[in-house]
Formats: sequence, C-alpha cells, structure tokens
Amino acid sequence: MDIKDRILKLQPEATFEEQGDLIAVVAPGKFRALMEALRNEGDKMDYLREIMGLDNGTELGAVYYLESTATYEQIAVKTMTPDRENPMLPSVCDLWKTAEIKEREVYDFFGIRFLNNPDMRRIFLREDWKGYPLRKDYDMNSNPLNMENEVNADEGDEFVIDSYGSVEDLKNKIFDRNDFVVNIGPQHPSTHGVLRLRTSLEGEMVKKIDPVCGYIHRGIEKMAESMTYPQTLAMTDRLDYLSANQNRHALCMCIEKACGIEIPERAKYIRTIIDELQRIDSHLLYYSCLVMDMGGLTPFFYGFRDREMVLDILEDTTGGRLIQNYYVIGGVQADLHPEFQTKVKAFIKHLRGIIHEYHEIFTGNVIARERLIKVGMLSREDAISLGTTGGTGRASGWHNDVRKHHPYGMYDQVDFKEIVYDGCDSFDRYMVRMDEIMESMNIIEQLIDRIPEGDYKVKTKPIIKLPAGTYSASVETSRGEFMAIIVSDGGKSPVRLHFRSTGLPLVHALDTVCRGNKIADLIAIGGTLDYVIPDIDR
Amino acid sequence: MNGFLDYYNFKPVAEWIHSSLCGVMPEGLALFLEGLVVAVVIILLYAILAIALIYMERKVCAFFQCRLGPMRVGKWGLLQVFADVFKILIKEIIKLKNSDHFLYELAPYLVILASILTFSCLPWHNGMGIIDFNIGIFFVLAVSSIEVVGILLAGWSSNSKYTLIGAMRSGAMMISYELSLGMAMLAMVALSGTMSISGIVESQADGWNIFKGHIPAWIAFIVYLIAGNAEANRGPFDLAEAEQELTAGYHTEYSGMHFGFFYLAEYLNLFIVSGIAATVFLGGWMPLHIAGLDAFNQVMDYIPGVVWFFGKAFLIVFLLMWIKWTFPRLRIDQILTLEWKYLIPICLFNLLLMVVLKVYGLVF
Repeated sequence: MDIKDRILKLQPEATFEEQGDLIAVVAPGKFRALMEALRNEGDKMDYLREIMGLDNGTELGAVYYLESTATYEQIAVKTMTPDRENPMLPSVCDLWKTAEIKEREVYDFFGIRFLNNPDMRRIFLREDWKGYPLRKDYDMNSNPLNMENEVNADEGDEFVIDSYGSVEDLKNKIFDRNDFVVNIGPQHPSTHGVLRLRTSLEGEMVKKIDPVCGYIHRGIEKMAESMTYPQTLAMTDRLDYLSANQNRHALCMCIEKACGIEIPERAKYIRTIIDELQRIDSHLLYYSCLVMDMGGLTPFFYGFRDREMVLDILEDTTGGRLIQNYYVIGGVQADLHPEFQTKVKAFIKHLRGIIHEYHEIFTGNVIARERLIKVGMLSREDAISLGTTGGTGRASGWHNDVRKHHPYGMYDQVDFKEIVYDGCDSFDRYMVRMDEIMESMNIIEQLIDRIPEGDYKVKTKPIIKLPAGTYSASVETSRGEFMAIIVSDGGKSPVRLHFRSTGLPLVHALDTVCRGNKIADLIAIGGTLDYVIPDIDR
Repeated sequence: MNGFLDYYNFKPVAEWIHSSLCGVMPEGLALFLEGLVVAVVIILLYAILAIALIYMERKVCAFFQCRLGPMRVGKWGLLQVFADVFKILIKEIIKLKNSDHFLYELAPYLVILASILTFSCLPWHNGMGIIDFNIGIFFVLAVSSIEVVGILLAGWSSNSKYTLIGAMRSGAMMISYELSLGMAMLAMVALSGTMSISGIVESQADGWNIFKGHIPAWIAFIVYLIAGNAEANRGPFDLAEAEQELTAGYHTEYSGMHFGFFYLAEYLNLFIVSGIAATVFLGGWMPLHIAGLDAFNQVMDYIPGVVWFFGKAFLIVFLLMWIKWTFPRLRIDQILTLEWKYLIPICLFNLLLMVVLKVYGLVF
C-alpha cells in the first residue's frame, strides 16, 4: 500500500479508514503540514478534487480528495475537530485555489471557519441565515421564510490567528466604495441560469468578479439524508440537467460499488452509449449558447435542430427529454427502444454530414476568431489549481479525462482520443467541445453494434442498505469530473451524500480568467467555460 | 430620349396641384395645406414601412434559421406585426422614479425626429423628393447625427448602469462611423459633382454611379455598407443594445410606445441607410440605363421610378439583414479599431483616388 506508506512517512500519527475509500485521518493540528507535503513533495497532489464537509454527530470536519495530475494517483485525507461551538480548521487555499470557494461551501453548511481563507462569507445561503443546515443538530425551524431583501456585504471575513494567539477577523474589502459595480444576473440573458456576477468595471474593462450563488439552491444534499438510496437517484438529474444521465451514472456506480452489485454487460453498454449521446446533446447546446452569447443568432438554431434528434432518441428509450430517470441501481430502468440502434446510426450519419455547417458559419468566421483567440487565458497551472475539469481544463493542456484515466462503464474497451489543446484560450475551449462531439460519435459507433443480449438490470433487494463507510465514484460528465460521495452508517439512507459540482470551480475561475478583459469577453468566456447553474446550487 | 421617363414624372402633377390650389386660396395657405398633406403622407409611409420591415426581418431571419417565422396571425403571419404594433400602443409607459424625467421622455422623440427628417430626404420617385435642395447630402448627414444625442440622453437619463454603458458604446461608435460614412459619400459627391439629392439621381441617367465610378465607387459602396450598418446599430455592430451583455442597452428602461419609437427608428434607419445607398450608388429612382443601348433603356423606363427605388432599397435591406443574421457581434475595441485604423485611411485614400480619376476623366 504505497499511499499508506507515503502518508505514514509524512505523518506517522495518521490513521486510516478502509471501509470503502481509503481515507487517511489526521488531527487538525497536523493536517496543514501533511497537506503541504502532499502538495509539494514527490508525486505532487496538485489537483484538489473536492472538499466534503462532514458532521458525524460528535465531530465536525472535512474530507479532502486529492489527485496527482502526473500519475493520477488519488488520496483522501480527513480531519475532524471536536469543537462544535467554534470549529476551526486551517485553510488550504494557498495550496489549491479552488479551496477558496469550496471552503466557503463547507463554512456555509457546517460553520467550520477556515483560518487564513481571505473570503469566509456564506456562499449559497443568505448572509443573515441562522445556523448551519448540514449539521446534525440543525433546527429545521430556525429560518422561517424571510421576505426582506438580502443585502450583500462588501467585505469578506478573513479569520487569522494574531500574534497573541487569539482569532482576529480581518475585514477584506471585496469592492471599494468608488467601484462601478454592475450586477450581471441573477436575471440576465447570458448567465445561463440564475447566477449573479457582481462585476466591478473600469470603463469596459472587468476589474473584479464576485459570483453570488444560491438563487436556486434546493438543499439536495440535505434532502438526500432523509431519503432511501433509490430515492436519492431522482436528485441527480436535477443537478446538471445537461449531464443528467452521467450524474446518475456516478451515483449508481457509487452505490453499486458499496453494495458489491455487478451490473450486466448489456447495462454497461447502454449506460456508456447514453452517456455519450448526452455528451453530444450537451456540446451541441454549448455551441448554440456560445454563439448566442456572442450575438450570432443563426448558428444557435443549428445546434438546437440537431440536438432535437438526440432528445428524440433518448425520449424513445427513457420517456424523458430533460429529466430522464433512466439508470437505476443494478442497471437501467427499461430496455432499449427497438429502433434505438437504427436511429442512433442514422443520427450519427446525419451529424457527421452536417457538422461542417457549424464550422463554416462560426469557427472560420473572422469575427468569431477575433473574439475568441487569445482571449480569456487560463494557464495550465491555474486550471489545475482552480480544479476546472472537463473541456475547460483540457483546453489548457491538462489531461484530465476521467474516462481515460479512471475508466468506468465500457470506456476501457473502446478506442478514443482524449481531446487536449494547449492554447489555454476561449477558442481552444470551444474546439475541445467540437472535437469531443466527433469523439463521442466515434465511441458510440464502436459500441452500438456490439450491445450484448441479456438482462438490462439485476434484481436488487427491495431495501438497499450500504455497509458503513465512505464511498465515492466519479465520472466524466459533459463539463468535467462529477463525483458522488456517500457516507453511510449501514442504514437505508445516507449520513451524508455529497456531489462534486462541475460548475462551481468554473464560476470560481471566472474572476481569474476575466480580469482585464472587456464586458463582452466576460460573456463569451462564460459561454466557453460552460457552467450550468443547478449543478452549482445543489 | 427620356420620353417615357417624363411620362412618370411627378413634378408637373405637383405643380398643377399647387397652381390650382393657389387659384382658390392665398399661396401661404396653399403651402401650409400641402405641407400638412405631405407630413401626413410621410408619417403614414414611415409607419407602413416599419411594419413591412419588421415583417420582412422576421421572415428573412426565420428562413436563415431553418424556421418559418410568424405563421399564426393571418395568412403567413401577415397580421402578426399589426397585432404587435397594436399591443405596443396600448402598453403602459412606465415612469422611473430616479430618472431625469424631462430628458428621459425627450430622448425617444429626438431619435424618431432624426429618423423622420432623414427619411424625408429620400428620392422616392421622379419629381417626388420631399426635402430637396442644393446641399441635400450634407443635410442628411447632419440630421442623422441628431440620433446620437437621443441615444446618449436615453442612456444617461435612465439612471441605470446598463443603459449608461450602452449609450457610451453607442456614442463612441456612431460618432466614429459617421466619419467614414461621410467620406464614402463625399467620394460619390465628387463623382456626381453635386450635393443635391435630385442632382445626384439625375447625374446617373447614363449609368449608375457604382458603374460609372468603378473601383473607387465599389470601395466607397462597401465602406458605406459597413459604416451604414454601424450607424443603424445593427449586428454585427449592435453592441449598443447587445442583449447578451447589456440586456437591451440604452433602451433597457423604456416601455410602451417610447420603446416603440426606438424600435421603429432602428428599422427605419435600416431602410434609410439602404435608401441613401440606393440613391448615391445605385441611381435612386433612376432605371438601369446603359449608355448607347437606347432600346434597352426604353424598356427599363417602362418600370416606374418608385418601383426601382424600393427594389434597390429593399435589396440592400436584404443584404444588411443577411449580414446581421450571419455574423457574431464585434467587441467595442474591435469596432473602433476597424473604423480608425482601417476604414478612415481607406476612405481618405479612396476620396483622393476618386478626385484624381474624376479630374483626369478616367470615370465613365
């Protein structure tokens, strides 16, 4: 066990949880040193996949999932503090930038203050919210419907320990009094949902962006804690609705892994094909929305015209177009529609024949190229540090395709390219998606004629109970790595169910990418980053 | 030679009406009545053209986008625009609490005023120019600039950040593009030797300017189309009202008919830009004449001038719609770069070229 050895060498006092995922547990005092060592020594764990806040009834803490971008080795580290009154953990946001926003999420739901995080505000909930809702002792009646307007603070809290050893709150200014702050959103044509970007401008130039999330937060993770496992599946389609099936794939895999359910070969094929269809669907919409954001209204319809065919195919089999509820624990809900294969083949033939139109009207257009090339630079280091997975990371030269590096479904048996560009600009982010459409068709073509006969689902017990432990599974959705993490105590509903949002790091990256660019670029960059709001506001 | 052309000439009719009116009333009253009638006709024509253009835009854009466009209200959706105009007429005009009321309400009228004044300069038909005097082109350029004032006032007085950014963008863009617009026209004035609109049309009796002026005329035509598109605030230059960035730009806060005025003016400006292009480059109401081919010219003369004018204007309108529905939007700095670094030097050179060619008699 080299992971164990490695951690023990760095931190001899670490203990390990081995039910489900292997998780190293360290005390808060030793935690920061261990993380620094993991980040900077040997195989650098330079990608912080996720921080999951946790309340096990007595202690509060967080689990950090790390990955090395060189070796793809994964490590999980957990640290818990018994102090429920005033829980504090050291921040790791100087090691991984993405921690800035993920620690805010943990603070919002668990009230854990991260020392030295420059911006410890609530992120999803209102700033005057009482209590921390994901704690086990949270009183559900403590926040009656509030009809007052929320006033956003112009200051962020930064908690530091001063030279006397006591905690001090440095009030960091987010916006200056004289800043020209424009609200872009929550109702705005090109924030792709109810996202609000407080943008301070210098003329046309963007000086700073402060994303305000939570307008459609539904508390899915909290709801899931009172649901049985099959019930929790219904939530995933409502996260990133353009990756509905892929999200569900992650949760199904996670539960199947925990229960030791082997799904039939046929179900694996079906899941892989449907995942790729969904990816094509999402990338076509991506194309449409991007050109629309840039003022090109005609290409918008090209994408929608062809996306309609994908939705029709999915509708035949699953009965749904947006919310499909297709995958279930142990397989899929129903067998494929008899015409599925013919229709998919016809669609691929059609799209291969027509995709040149997309490139003729937009990719080669001089205005489009001027607007995208060398605009919105996101360096590889920043991409990794900010955890912008998916096409956005791959356009910055980061090989991060989960399908390739941690294969699931049938991906280890098909031949496909991981599309990586190294231009780091908006244009490459766009090209990654366009090439992935072709690659997805390639994957589907390899599988569509080889779907084996047999069951599409295994029988599972009527009540599914997961053995105690922490389980995780991740998939490559249309816009990055999506992760489902379940903490179970052996019961029929999870103690904690957490999803890695693919969009949150992307929205967080907006500030880094957009600074110094124009307002028009902000919109185009938002389009190329490709975030979906319900996935951020879980 | 121009036998049939004279047959359609409206001037004798106008003169006859004038003299017969003068027979029964003092000349001042007759002029007043004539002015009133012309004003009513112009405003009616303005409204009808707006409706036609909105319908055309919807259909053209729908066909570009693999759609049918309005189909439900009336045959082929013909009544859709009437329904929409009626709706906009009965909508409430919302008063903003913290706006500058006087300027806020003045702005749409300035925009529509500029638009109607320019509109009246178009040569509809032989002898049917309404505002027509020796510096017609100059007048057109001057009054069309009033629109910028309206837009800036609208953006400023709404007291909203989006409108302010939209107005500033618009101001920067329209003032810049007026230069190349003016210089493109100046090249054609140099070719025609007159600034009067009817004079320019008359001078094209033996061939349209775009053929007579060959290379510099084509350059001027293309520059004019780009600058004219920008002046009309239409895509890919529609960043003043870029809905994806600024929701609706300078007219975000307007409602009802005040918004309608901006909307009307936008469509009519499209027509005006096309109409001026048709006048200056394609001969206005002048039929297609090729020097030397008298029989051919005769046949062309059978088609009335008003048909020629509208045909040419709508052809250019279609061209501009085609551009709008194909290209993505430019960014403000790119727009200004295009104007100041490319179009203006080209225009200056083109003007020089035109003058040299004209002086040495190298134009047709």
